[in-house]
Amino acid sequence: MTTPVKEPKNTAKRPHESRLKQLTRHQLFIPLAALALLVLFNLVADPSFFLVTVKENSLGNPVLSGNIISVLDNASELVILAIGMTLVTASSGGQDISVGAAMAIAGSVILRMVCGGQVTADTMQMSLLLAVLIGILVSMVFGAFNGVLVAYFKIQPMVATLILYTAGRSIAAWINNNQLPIINDLGFKYAGTFLPGVPIPTPIFITALIIVLFWLALKRTNLGLYTQSVGINANSSRLNGLDPKLIKLMTYVILGVCVAIAGFIRVSRSGSINYSRMAENIEMDAILAVALGGNALSGGRFNIYGSILGAYVIQFLTTTLYKYEVPSTALPAYKAVVVILLVVLSAPVVQEKLAGIRKAPAKTAKGVS
Amino acid sequence: MESRGTRSAGGTNFESEESIMKKVFCLLLTLCMVLALAACGGNSGGGNSGSGNAGGSTGNAGSQNAGGDAQQPDAGGSGQLITVGVINNDPNESGYRTANDAAMRATFTEDNGYDATFYNNNDASQQIATAQQMIQDEVDFLLLSPASTTGWDTVLKDAKDAGTQVILFDRMLEADESMYVAAVVSDMPAEGKTAVDWLADQGLSEYNIIHIQGHMGSDAQLGRTGALDEKVSAEASWNYVAQQTADWDEATARTITQSVIDSGKPFNVIYAENNGMARGAVAALDANGITHGKDGDVIVMGFDSDKWAFEAVLEGSWNYMGLCNPLQAETVDSIIKDLQAGSAPAQKIIYTPEQGFDCDTLTQADVDTYGT
Repeated sequence: MTTPVKEPKNTAKRPHESRLKQLTRHQLFIPLAALALLVLFNLVADPSFFLVTVKENSLGNPVLSGNIISVLDNASELVILAIGMTLVTASSGGQDISVGAAMAIAGSVILRMVCGGQVTADTMQMSLLLAVLIGILVSMVFGAFNGVLVAYFKIQPMVATLILYTAGRSIAAWINNNQLPIINDLGFKYAGTFLPGVPIPTPIFITALIIVLFWLALKRTNLGLYTQSVGINANSSRLNGLDPKLIKLMTYVILGVCVAIAGFIRVSRSGSINYSRMAENIEMDAILAVALGGNALSGGRFNIYGSILGAYVIQFLTTTLYKYEVPSTALPAYKAVVVILLVVLSAPVVQEKLAGIRKAPAKTAKGVS
Repeated sequence: MESRGTRSAGGTNFESEESIMKKVFCLLLTLCMVLALAACGGNSGGGNSGSGNAGGSTGNAGSQNAGGDAQQPDAGGSGQLITVGVINNDPNESGYRTANDAAMRATFTEDNGYDATFYNNNDASQQIATAQQMIQDEVDFLLLSPASTTGWDTVLKDAKDAGTQVILFDRMLEADESMYVAAVVSDMPAEGKTAVDWLADQGLSEYNIIHIQGHMGSDAQLGRTGALDEKVSAEASWNYVAQQTADWDEATARTITQSVIDSGKPFNVIYAENNGMARGAVAALDANGITHGKDGDVIVMGFDSDKWAFEAVLEGSWNYMGLCNPLQAETVDSIIKDLQAGSAPAQKIIYTPEQGFDCDTLTQADVDTYGT
């Protein structure tokens, strides 16, 4: 067998390493350190950043308000996407760049359903649950389309998903006859804003629910193990009785579900949609979240909590930059700095060097003792 | 990402199967693209660019004929139809653009005496390439809403040499007036000025403004920002609490407004450069229980022509909307008909009638007339 086997990142504890080294070796070290850095910066610069106050919204409900609430609330879509993106990355060793466009499709489908084809609707024309289910179903079909291209036609994930990336927003517009539907029913906006009488934004609950669901799925089922083994070596997992193609396809379908839920949250924040601007470039943030979580973008072993943390870190960074009035056109530049650091740190050359630095003191320590 | 993960290396016995699969896929993909061109070329943001007459005509037909059957041959055959090439921005960009694009498509139809080819893209270089193709195809008129104000010199010169008459609609570009026969456009600086003058008339003792900008460098953003920038730098009592671009995006506008609210800085004006962004800002206000509109604490201002925004002003939930009229199609149509009859338009640059509406003077009749 000439296929090179990916070496799983070694996180096993070594007896002669100091605590600090074990810590830096841990996969969650980078996102946690980044988060700590941001928290520290805000504590020093202006502690009022962490202030959470109770206000009354325009409907007379008490609601929590503050930067921390904004971070948790606004990160919701990204966190949900990052979870799906992690699975796809792990199984297929590539990323789905069509998630933003697919969110537009899901949002468009859901709006079309609840508006009943009208441009402006004051009440929902269909049960919300049913509309969301249809949205999820459509999104799963598009996920399966990507998955089939990647798993069965063996096309590079980025190339395969480029198709939907290019066409998705036009499809989203086509679903609603190129109109921009608006729904004014308050019930539709519960999912994106607040439930009556609940002071915490609903997206936070939805995200928590999704995280718990995935935690259960990874704990109780073989989803994690299978995804990982297919990503590490598809051939040996096939020899061990797994169907790598099916598992890859499955991760893309799961991402489709995540995309639909994220799309639903996004459209229910405002009850409207803008096909070409909605969730623009969110795919890049989702991929960045996966990378920031210490996951190898080439697939294999993964840590879903790293990606979740990564997503919150990105939103924390964005909110911090907004607070300090950094022009929003400059935001991508700051994210670029993060990307550059990550890419350089994970480059094989640098990794080898770092490993060399780690080894040298470890040997001397051994010699002394 | 990394070369070591060679997933496709499945052993030799699989390779032949794989290569067949790939070939089948390529074929399928090609088929899909052809179908996409024929079926929804009219909708897609950039589907019908490449193949000149064939692609263009079918793209047009998508909105009228089922599949673009008999239209292509009479592009040159029947002399009655006026051939026009319409280059516009992406209709999904905003409600304004949707209305603008729909009006163009509704006006330049075969019934109305036109054989029209439509192309939508927000990328100026793609627009330019398509314009050159259209000129080569010898369209009679090139109707142009340029995505950027510069870079069009060659196109205009080629058009002149080929005898294609260029009419600008909606957006201006930087060129000598002799290079085009007419321009039916929105006067963006005037829109900004009208809005700022209205705001000044409100007589607030202090103006603390959240300024949410559109896509930086676009004609609309430059005009609407320019007037406000001037006023803020001239008056001591006018201040920016925040000045950020939301790129016409509602969600970003909401985030920007929320971050100002979180920071606790006082503000009393939201100046959003289009209605979608104003809507996003209002969502943030509502979530924090900040009153807005007529009798509210915060003045809300938007732009464009969306009917729902008119209704928000009518209800008093917003204070002001600067109308940006997307309906230039009929004016362009009459200019072309006049030119064909031998009379040039009286003025080269025609500004579409535009005005500002506020919650005190807006009537239902205005909403019905101007709302799109």
